[in-house]
Amino acid sequence: MAPPALDSLPAPLRSLRLKTKQQELLLRVSALALIYVLAFAVRLFSVLRYESMIHEFDPYFNYRTTLFLTENGFSEFWNWFDSESWYPLGRVVGGTLFPGLMVTAALLHRLLHALSLAVHIREVCVLTAPFFAANTTLVAYAFGREIWDSGAGLVAAALIAIVPGYISRSVAGSYDNEGVAIFALLLTFYLFVRAVNTGSLAWALASAFGYFYMVSAWGGYVFIINLIPLYVLVLLVTGRYSQRLYVAYNCMYVLGMLLAMQIRFVGFQHVQSGEHMAAMGVFFLLQVFFFLDWVQYLLNDARLFKSFLRITLTCVITVGALALGIGTASGYISPWTGRFYSLLDPTYAKDHIPIIASVSEHQPTAWSSFMFDFHILLFLFPAGLYFCFKRLSDATIFIVMYGLTSMYFAGVMVRLILVAAPAVCLISAIAASATIKNLTTLIRTKSRSPQTTSGKTTGSKAAAKGAVDQSLPFQHNAAIALLLGAFYLLSRYAIHCTWVTSEAYSSPSIVLAARGHNGGRVIFDDYREAYYWLRQNTPPDAKIMSWWDYGYQITAMGNRTVIVDNNTWNNTHIATVGRAMSSYEDEAYEIMQSLDVNYVLVVFGGVTGYSSDDINKFLWMVRIGGGVFPVIKEPDYLVNGEYRIDKGAAPKMLNCLMYKLCYYRFGELTTEYGKPPGYDRVRGVEIGNKDIKLEYLEEAFTTSNWIVRIYKVKPPKNRS
Amino acid sequence: MMDHRDVMLPLSLRTLATRTLLLLVIASAVSCSSLPPEDGIRVVSAEKRIDLTGPIVKVFLTLKVENAPTASEASRVLLAFTPTEVQHLSIVKATRAEGKRKKKAFVPLSIEPSELATTAPDAPRLYSVLLSTPLKPGDATTLEVLYMLTHSLEPFPAEISQSESQLVYYRDSAVLLSPYHVLEQVTYIKMPSNRIESFTRVDPTTRAGSEVKYGTYNNQMPNSYLPILVHYENNRPFAVVEELVRKVEISHWGNIQITEQYKLKRHVLNHKGVFSRLEYQSRPSVSGASSFKNLLVRLPPRVHSVYYRDEIGNISSSHLRTNSHKSELEIEPRYPLFGGWHCTFTIGYGLPLQDFVFESVDGRRYINLTFGCPLLDTVVDDLTVKVVLPEGSKNPQPVVPFVTEKHLETSYSYLDVVGRTTVVLKKKNVVGEHNVPFQVYYEFNPIFMLAEPLMLISAVLLFFVAFIAYLHMDLSIRKSS
Repeated sequence: MAPPALDSLPAPLRSLRLKTKQQELLLRVSALALIYVLAFAVRLFSVLRYESMIHEFDPYFNYRTTLFLTENGFSEFWNWFDSESWYPLGRVVGGTLFPGLMVTAALLHRLLHALSLAVHIREVCVLTAPFFAANTTLVAYAFGREIWDSGAGLVAAALIAIVPGYISRSVAGSYDNEGVAIFALLLTFYLFVRAVNTGSLAWALASAFGYFYMVSAWGGYVFIINLIPLYVLVLLVTGRYSQRLYVAYNCMYVLGMLLAMQIRFVGFQHVQSGEHMAAMGVFFLLQVFFFLDWVQYLLNDARLFKSFLRITLTCVITVGALALGIGTASGYISPWTGRFYSLLDPTYAKDHIPIIASVSEHQPTAWSSFMFDFHILLFLFPAGLYFCFKRLSDATIFIVMYGLTSMYFAGVMVRLILVAAPAVCLISAIAASATIKNLTTLIRTKSRSPQTTSGKTTGSKAAAKGAVDQSLPFQHNAAIALLLGAFYLLSRYAIHCTWVTSEAYSSPSIVLAARGHNGGRVIFDDYREAYYWLRQNTPPDAKIMSWWDYGYQITAMGNRTVIVDNNTWNNTHIATVGRAMSSYEDEAYEIMQSLDVNYVLVVFGGVTGYSSDDINKFLWMVRIGGGVFPVIKEPDYLVNGEYRIDKGAAPKMLNCLMYKLCYYRFGELTTEYGKPPGYDRVRGVEIGNKDIKLEYLEEAFTTSNWIVRIYKVKPPKNRS
Repeated sequence: MMDHRDVMLPLSLRTLATRTLLLLVIASAVSCSSLPPEDGIRVVSAEKRIDLTGPIVKVFLTLKVENAPTASEASRVLLAFTPTEVQHLSIVKATRAEGKRKKKAFVPLSIEPSELATTAPDAPRLYSVLLSTPLKPGDATTLEVLYMLTHSLEPFPAEISQSESQLVYYRDSAVLLSPYHVLEQVTYIKMPSNRIESFTRVDPTTRAGSEVKYGTYNNQMPNSYLPILVHYENNRPFAVVEELVRKVEISHWGNIQITEQYKLKRHVLNHKGVFSRLEYQSRPSVSGASSFKNLLVRLPPRVHSVYYRDEIGNISSSHLRTNSHKSELEIEPRYPLFGGWHCTFTIGYGLPLQDFVFESVDGRRYINLTFGCPLLDTVVDDLTVKVVLPEGSKNPQPVVPFVTEKHLETSYSYLDVVGRTTVVLKKKNVVGEHNVPFQVYYEFNPIFMLAEPLMLISAVLLFFVAFIAYLHMDLSIRKSS
């Protein structure tokens, strides 16, 4: 290992050199190990505060499918037709999901059982995201070392371990695709950059497998398949084309594409969909480039080559344009999807796809959430970009492009802050590491300067630094001050991240916690109460109608069939439910009969002041319902463009099914002292219709805090 | 369709029950001569007290039996039950009064099902009480018998709404069903409240407050049966644990982990129509009179790491009170249980090893635990107790004071290689009286305690050795320059 130059040094010095090197290695490894543990441990707040449980909405579907996978095996899972969701349509689960997460968890489960550790699959699922987040720190370290140096790698690992933008999606219990996908994303990028740097086929192959894992885990792989060609294009344009790049990209693209086709949900999209065409175009472009390079090498005649270049380029562009045109016109190449459009144009979804716009995590990001999720990284990011531009290389160009594009996407959609987080951490790490390194070298050269002058020859660099020292009088003190400032900022960052994790991102949202008047913690466990009631006390084939938000939870926890769920693949079906909710009871009854509905579930926060309830979501139901069925018109539910539920509300609003189900017998209940009965604590008004009679439905169950109300649809009357 | 079926079921059950009873009467009339008591025992006087205040029917019989002077010595006395009673019979105990007056002592007697007269499907099933000292010809003795019946109260009407109280039927015979000649007999039926809707009159019948007295009847023939029906209010929660699996895991490192999986049901009657939370909250005393909220679990003292959860997670509504004599866990299901509503949950807790595992004189170890269900006032239809012995235990031998179904299996847990021997005990119709200690004896060599730590240590050691070996090995094919 030791470089041969060392042998020329005297023996005691050599052993000392080796020792410091070992010390450095030891420090690095232990720092990394601590970061690894930290990344895992910081995500356990939710388990300590609440319990080991699955959070939110989508993770419940993932959990349910993982359970199915572990119980029935992979082949059953792959061919699973789920009749419990989207009644009466059903869902081909195997062909409509990214199986990466479930397979990962199932494999971990099997591995642990093979080591005779009898853990339940739920614990594996709960801890999958923290585990992969911890692994991400290792990848970040390697990536940082690849693009800058090992110091930057360490800082990057530390930053990414606690960055709130990433923690928000990877706390224990947040068993979602993103949990493993960020790991896969960063791994693919790292391996690709490594392949470009080394030109080695092995690394390119590894990156293709990283890409395959990413494709199997998350739809966000589209970002990779567009960013990498863009990067290749930029390298071509800036004259940084090399054999290494050619090997890396071709191997990664061809193999990655072939592997990705094995995922049923993705299928032939790599050759058929508009979103993947850029990668293919760049692939062909690279071949042409290589060909031209070769011809130029053979020709040795500049003029001849120029005309040849012109002809070839014209041909290639014509052929490419023709192919794309014909492909698009014949429908072989599908146009861009709405989701993709809404990424490029933030206003697109609002006008065209209400179902995307209705989800809060698809909203454009506010400045405050940037600050909340990145904290000082927001300032370090530009500084890091400066350092990257100062030491431009293939790797830094990549990270700059990754940072800039993902920052743009993060601005378009709140949830994409997640994708930007690794890039921001890496670039900020370069800034932090480079600054601290510079400052410490300043301090060290100053303090060592007597030694340096006393005879040791350390080269001209130190001498030059010494010269600089003399020109700036307070440099030493300033460096110390700046260093202290940097450490202060970094410690603030750590404090902020811990605080955000503990306060904002560790709530399971199934169990709600509030402070009681005596300061104690009050737990509202109404969701599980209702779902468990459904599971135990309704017929096993009962069909539950609710707004789509609760679909996954009802199937996973209630084990009952739902009409619509969070996999919003059929807009018409959702619109039908929206229509039923916003119609009068008798009209709604007909719709419910046609859908074979037995129970209707609504979420109502008027008693507890829980604001994300169905009354607040109601306008989206009207909009989505009205988007398909023009009978439903939004103005009917508004009074002068204002959404009200009190006495001044629109008559249609006061008598629609959703209003009736939420406020049934609510008018008799006093919710707050000193307020009239029927006082809605979310909207802060007294409700407008207190005398609600239900004709076709009856109250079947209401949870202890009234958050979930379940109604039974009466069977049709006998014809007499 | 569903509603229709729900209504139909109890109706058909009821007709079935009446038919059985009728048949029984006929059968008894026919078979009375075919069942001659082989010895000259007759019942001089009998008193039957039926306690209907709770969800479990408790019957106390006081029998004064006499052996005919001409007959031989009698070593047993027979008790008769109808086939339906036998199905629901959870426990039978008998004691015999010995000694005179002041020195009177009750000696427990053993009881076993008798093989006699089980040919006809509707014939009475007989149990024989084995007397400790045979009854000499001409002698008389007094037997006290206690038996309990589960699931013997039939709600009528079968469906009630939230605010109604629950009325039930109880069926029995006015006279004592016995294979012997009964000279004199009375039956008392005790009900929880004064609200008695109706009762069959078999003169002489008198009612005093919440008690109905049938008798005195004289000179009843063997196997006589006079069906009676009592209809009264019983608002005691009918909590029935349909299935309970208690798993006891012993670790000789100092802990016993008990996991109990309950499948609870508010039994028999169905909840009709709507459940209104408003009424339940605003008038808790009136509405939901027959529903229940709290369950009390009595646990041993020094219990630790108690949890209460179900398939979808932790249930936050529970309280644990501990003192040096006992621990009480008060649990609340996720939702109030109305008639016919189900609820499953799991309770788990740890106990200190030294309180329950001992070493016997012969060097074997034994665990001494309570058999039944720690929930107060409940019936368990199907109880399974699994005692998971530590890995390496041999020759397990359960000792239970009553008849249970037993078998052995192997279970695997953390770091098990050969698996742990598990003793499985099964019993149906378990009531509070079954909460008696039982023991499982086994042989265990303490060296096995070290197996798992040693395994872990060697695994870690191997890992490091492999790592060191890897670092010191050059795996490249060609030496790099």
